[in-house]
Amino acid sequence: MEGERIPILKMGEVLLVTIQVDMHDRLAMRLQDDLTERIVKDRARGVLIDISSLEVVDSFIGRMLANTAAMARVLDAETVVVGMRPAVAITLVELGLSLPDIRTALNVEQGMDLLTADGNGRLGHGSRRL
Amino acid sequence: MTTTPTSRLVDLISRYEEELLHDWLQEQRIGAGRGGGLSSEEEIKRESREFLALLRAALSDGGAETLEGASWGSVRDYLSALSRSRARAGFSPSETAMFVFSLKQPLFARLSQELADDLAALPDAIWDVNALLDRLGLLTTEEHQRGREAVIRQQQRDLIELSTPVVKLWEGVLAVPLIGTLDSERTQVVMESLLERIVETNSTMAIIDITGVSTVDTLVAQHLLKTVAAARLMGADCIISGIRPQIAQTIVHLGLTLSEVTTKATMADAIAVALERAGLHISSIGES
Repeated sequence: MEGERIPILKMGEVLLVTIQVDMHDRLAMRLQDDLTERIVKDRARGVLIDISSLEVVDSFIGRMLANTAAMARVLDAETVVVGMRPAVAITLVELGLSLPDIRTALNVEQGMDLLTADGNGRLGHGSRRL
Repeated sequence: MTTTPTSRLVDLISRYEEELLHDWLQEQRIGAGRGGGLSSEEEIKRESREFLALLRAALSDGGAETLEGASWGSVRDYLSALSRSRARAGFSPSETAMFVFSLKQPLFARLSQELADDLAALPDAIWDVNALLDRLGLLTTEEHQRGREAVIRQQQRDLIELSTPVVKLWEGVLAVPLIGTLDSERTQVVMESLLERIVETNSTMAIIDITGVSTVDTLVAQHLLKTVAAARLMGADCIISGIRPQIAQTIVHLGLTLSEVTTKATMADAIAVALERAGLHISSIGES
């Protein structure tokens, strides 16, 4: 339990986080710590958080996502949350957390397109802006 | 040997089963003649025979005092099932209750024949049978109503499902034409089916058309915004189309802001915007 961490993968200038376990509050806080550190260390321009395996959310996790995105923005990295399940989306809206400042995409591929279209276009190809 | 009213009844039914059944069927046929007769002859015959057997078994087990006892369980279940199936088949409550009430005449006739030399006991015996059959008749009416209510509830559910189709307009573009009133239950269904389809079809655009929505008040607007917010969280953008002039006025008068949502007057405009965002454009053949 003590050493449990959510892995952060680096893909070019983008950090990829795939949440595949139930998020408890301590794990969420540790992810926030790790992520901000990695953004600075790797000079990342984008953060992609894949929550397609996440089945349960509460207001804390919702706020954590919003905060993480805000922190990343301060560090000049764009955050995209991808793969949110319908039930999770409905729950967040019902909780009053519509996360207006977070960018979203249906899956990792589209999220990656969104991020690389913003950057210097090194990875980008045929992108679309919403 | 002392004969209680109940044991006399059991004895009566056992001895005259065929005659009772015959008379009862005749009574039912008279009743059905008025009501139109929706069941086939064999079916009524089978049902009557089964019910009479169950009635006799319950009477010999538990007596006629209450219908709540365990010994009446099978009679209650049988009548419930019968009433519900008749309710679904379109029988009226009185036609359903007639099944039980028409048993009175044959039973009374047999009872008076049986007690011809003990006239003092006859009124009590008839009263017992009468009370019992009345209770059973009321049970059929109650169950009939319950059956009808179940039908109504089923239809309501069907209506909700039918009235919220999610249409795929183009690769990556969905449309939801909303019709009727938009309450929280409907919104929930619309939201769920839209979000499910977004995942299924991998769509990044959804058009919510409210041409068929009769009124838009603060609650409806809130419901719409919730749906839009949930879709956005999943990575799909929504366009609300079909806003009639009257509704545009109402929205402004109510002080509602739909500013964070793209709104279009007609579905056609919405489709054009959606396709444009998907990187497509429509042109006539001559132009190309």
